[in-house]
Amino acid sequence: MAINKESNQFTFGFAIGLVVILGVILAVLSEGLKPYKDKNVRIKKQLDILSAMMDVEKEGITRANAEVEFEKYVKLKDAVILDYTGKVKKAEDGVSAFDIDIKKEFRDKTLAEKDKNYPLFVAKDKNDKTRYIIPVVGKGLWGPIWGYICLKEDMNTVLGVSFAHKTETPGLGAEINKPFFMDRWKNSKIMEKGSFRKYEVVKDNSGAIKGDSKIDGITGGTITSKGVEEMVNRTLKIYATYFKNKKS
Amino acid sequence: MSSEKGSEPLFSKKNKKLITDPLTDNNPVTIQVLGICSALAITVQVNQAIVMSLSVLFVIIMGNLIVSLLRNLIPSRIRIIVQLLVVASLVIIVDQVLAAFLPDLSSKLSVFVGLIITNCIIMGRLEAFAMANKPWPSILDGLGNGLGYGAILIIVAVFRELFGSGTLMGIPIFGNPLPGEESGLYAMGYQNNNMMILPPMALIITGIIIWVQRSRNKALIEEH
Repeated sequence: MAINKESNQFTFGFAIGLVVILGVILAVLSEGLKPYKDKNVRIKKQLDILSAMMDVEKEGITRANAEVEFEKYVKLKDAVILDYTGKVKKAEDGVSAFDIDIKKEFRDKTLAEKDKNYPLFVAKDKNDKTRYIIPVVGKGLWGPIWGYICLKEDMNTVLGVSFAHKTETPGLGAEINKPFFMDRWKNSKIMEKGSFRKYEVVKDNSGAIKGDSKIDGITGGTITSKGVEEMVNRTLKIYATYFKNKKS
Repeated sequence: MSSEKGSEPLFSKKNKKLITDPLTDNNPVTIQVLGICSALAITVQVNQAIVMSLSVLFVIIMGNLIVSLLRNLIPSRIRIIVQLLVVASLVIIVDQVLAAFLPDLSSKLSVFVGLIITNCIIMGRLEAFAMANKPWPSILDGLGNGLGYGAILIIVAVFRELFGSGTLMGIPIFGNPLPGEESGLYAMGYQNNNMMILPPMALIITGIIIWVQRSRNKALIEEH
């Protein structure tokens, strides 16, 4: 039987058949690769957390050994989950602090403030000093920005930060994940006279003094810099309450 | 191409030409000036250029093969859509595989893998060659054009990475540029050229390649 391949029936049939076949192939592939992709996301998170407390590159930590190294430093059983008032939440069964997706909670407009989770990771560095690692998430100019802030054993001094972004402008806002910007946060204190002190991201170069609460923003990346400021202040305020209660 | 017989050897002179032509006198980037967008975007590092070239190579070979196999079935009214579907599916496959096995490179290449779909070289070869030729020559045509594209990409990337960052595939060539611990050329006052990292430099280097190629082979110069 000769098929008229220019007929409408054949054209529609061909289009539908091709779409179905390709759809099935892609769906199978996507599901099949899901475990690998999930693992990559997990390892990236571990690397981000570690890079807040140490120079990951210098320590020779790569994707290959991230999982082992992460367990060596970060004690997930010591991690706690706070609520928005800074009190420790009773952990729901089977929910570990590591698995809480604060980015998703931040995006979720329907989630009430009191239901949001604020995980705090506790780690030990090489010299057995305690390190507290706080995840932060906020808005940049184009999309989400996030990061981790590591405090020293005094629960006050910033040891280091690691910021990341999804789609900030290259060369401008995207610079928040560059060492020159992240180093500016080092040795600053989150509390003054026992209460939380806000950070200020400034434009007038007055942030040049290391260790105070003024941080030089990024030229041409004002909205992203302000986004970092908002993100850090909003989150640290909650944790500061927790640290204050813990110390007293 | 219509004179093919079943007994034609796999690598006849004509078939070999399908591979060698796009590498030299019919290069898709320097002669046809196609696929320039990605050539500018991902040639800052050689690693990226290689992965991008392999991705395009895979998509163009498989795309040519699939379209060539279907060429007598595809209704001509929707042929462009069918070609797009095939290319888009292949690109998603590449994107997923990269995300699963080369996560760091995948995040660096970001949107540019997805943009392979719009690479004119691929659509051009599907429409101009695969729709009218048998599977085997189509595979060779895809191979040739993919390699031609990749070769230019890698040449540009070598220049940009070497003079822009002083490295090749991430390995330092000129010594250590870190302030305070300079070594090699940097200790003598050498500085990386930041201009090389910026997109316009890719255009200039591609332009120089085109210039060199046309001055060696005067037949390539268009007359207006």
